[in-house]
Amino acid sequence: MPEINLLEAIRQAIDEMMAQDERIFVFGEDVGRRGGVFRVTEGLIDKYGPMRIIDSPLAESVIVGACVGAAMNDTRPIAEIQFADFIAPAFNQIVQEAARIHYRSNGDWTVPMVIRAPWGGGIHGALYHSQSIEATFAHVPGLKVVAPATPYDAKGLLKSAIEDPNPVLFLEHKKTYRLIKGQVPEHDYRVPIGPADIKRPGEDLSVFAYGLMLHYCLEAAQALAAEGVSVEVVDLRTLRPLDVATIIGSVRRTSKALIVHEDNLTGGFGGEVAALIAEHAFEQLDAPVLRIGGPDVPAMPFAKPLEDAFMPSPQKIAAAMRRLAAY
Amino acid sequence: MAKVEDTQRSALERENPDDLRHYYYQMLLLRRFEERTSEMYVKAKIGGYCHLNLGEEATIVGLMAALTPDDYIFTNYREHGYIIARGVPPGPVMAELFGKETGVSGGRGGSMHLFDAKTHFMGGYAIVGGQVPLAVGAAYALKYQGKPGVVVAQMGDGTTNIGAFYESLNLAKLWNLPVLFFIVNNGYGMGTSVEMGSSEPDLWKKGASFRIHGERIDGTDVLAVRDACRRLRARAEQEGEPAILDVVSFRFRGHSVIDADRYRDPEFVRSGREKHDPVRNFAALLHDHDIVDDDWLKAMTDRVEKEVQEAIDFANASPDPRFEDMYVNMYATPVPNIPGPEDAIREVKINRGEL
Ligand SMILES: Cc1ncc(C[n+]2csc(CCOP(=O)(O)OP(=O)(O)O)c2C)c(N)n1
Repeated sequence: MPEINLLEAIRQAIDEMMAQDERIFVFGEDVGRRGGVFRVTEGLIDKYGPMRIIDSPLAESVIVGACVGAAMNDTRPIAEIQFADFIAPAFNQIVQEAARIHYRSNGDWTVPMVIRAPWGGGIHGALYHSQSIEATFAHVPGLKVVAPATPYDAKGLLKSAIEDPNPVLFLEHKKTYRLIKGQVPEHDYRVPIGPADIKRPGEDLSVFAYGLMLHYCLEAAQALAAEGVSVEVVDLRTLRPLDVATIIGSVRRTSKALIVHEDNLTGGFGGEVAALIAEHAFEQLDAPVLRIGGPDVPAMPFAKPLEDAFMPSPQKIAAAMRRLAAY
Repeated sequence: MAKVEDTQRSALERENPDDLRHYYYQMLLLRRFEERTSEMYVKAKIGGYCHLNLGEEATIVGLMAALTPDDYIFTNYREHGYIIARGVPPGPVMAELFGKETGVSGGRGGSMHLFDAKTHFMGGYAIVGGQVPLAVGAAYALKYQGKPGVVVAQMGDGTTNIGAFYESLNLAKLWNLPVLFFIVNNGYGMGTSVEMGSSEPDLWKKGASFRIHGERIDGTDVLAVRDACRRLRARAEQEGEPAILDVVSFRFRGHSVIDADRYRDPEFVRSGREKHDPVRNFAALLHDHDIVDDDWLKAMTDRVEKEVQEAIDFANASPDPRFEDMYVNMYATPVPNIPGPEDAIREVKINRGEL
């Protein structure tokens, strides 16, 4: 199996799907000639032409809104939001329109579209190029929210997202784009939207994460293994709909739980997972459910030392694991 | 570059030579500041996203020459030159780009988020179009309070395609507000040309259906920019007539320091820089009219070199922001139940594996 990075996996998924299905097109800022700011769509305009790899004007509201309308009319659009931080002008189109059309039309209309958005920090992007938006959108029924962490999952999940008859927000952690490499089969495969994945089985405690933080958790789990603590690391992968059974199953076995994300803590996705564990695994718990998140500041500060302090580190995660293990 | 039909400005002979020399000095300062900024980026003294004003010096200095201390300025993220030409010393600006405590935003904002209350510099905005409605609101506040002055909403050409721009135009005229929509038309929004992104590429016409007057101005001619801004500023302040200024210039480099600019033909870029260099062209103009000589030009180069070097030295010598201050300035007044300095220090220690 060839080893590729996460960015390449995403490009392959788009490319292979577009080759098979003429209904698919990509719409976003500078996705054509320039190949996108991260170069995800590089080369695709030469293959599919400007009617399918479309450079949009600078206007997120109409990028998403036009894709919603097109999706209702027998096409399969992929909207690219250049950075997740810029999704706010399209909030209305995503939350009020895309997520609610199927329900409010009593099933008459579907919105088979994907919104791709690079998210997350650690790249010195400051306040408006570092944000985590998953909790905001995972709050919205009718929308699916996916956040892969590995090239294999990214490719398989994106293909599923493109085929999905529902609107899917597909979050790509920008720091993982080139950093994270992994083996991806050459044959056509899918990773279904929905199931979480136990990336590292363990017995003493369960850790739940997604995106870049999954890799930090794996690193911390490795360190704990050397100390004789067996940590189970669960990649949530899909945040809505959430795989509650896998989460609860894991905690019932290990009796301890930690949730890690870089989004700020208050109202973050970790709160939802912690609440589910409290409701469904209370009797098995041997320790308080812990959460790690970024500090509750308005957005990522620019200065490097402050950014380093903002991003949860493998050391911080390991410290929380030790605290749990001590119970 | 978009075509500018006829450049209107007063004859050089009627100008105060000291003003002309000052404009040149300012333009050269911005040029050198940005060249050294780019160098500091390559040396990893500056990180993240960083957008330069190279090629836009006359646009910036011309605008600032027309404004008064009463006026307010909102800009996009390509704003190093604006804050300096507005009167903030280069040192604290460079320090902000370095992410230092002594920076104009305390190291929290970086290149795209420069602020200065004293000079009414209302900030750089990195969400495209974010600044435009705010400028309209600030103009309403001036009108409501009966205060003098106008508000400038600076933006790029690409920004005129986002909805917030049109909502702002409507309100500006509906309420007759003292606001200038100052569009820096450098031909491109990232890799998207004006023609690719705007069904009406004559951006000054975009106010037509709002009954807002618009003009196209040669943004490489500092006097043309100044004169147009003065005229439209006076109308805005005295008659409550908003205006669109479509100020045409040439973007010397890629969108940001790290943009390889592969979507523009290298020959187009080379000849554009050759033809539309506002700094060099202005030096030649002043020289031809015997307003400056070679010695003066040389002295200016040395002066600017020194000032920018001092700014870099200042930034280098400045401390990083303190972790303790992570939660400072979240709210305008003390607020219960939010973390404080001890929490910040504890978090950092845990994060570093020290606790
Ligand atoms: C809402 C939003 N969408 C997209 C971006 C990404 N982006 C940053 S600058 C830019 C191009 C802006 O072009 P223009 O307005 O012409 O200004 P210039 O950079 O030329 O000064 C884009 C697409 C953003 N920052 N905010």
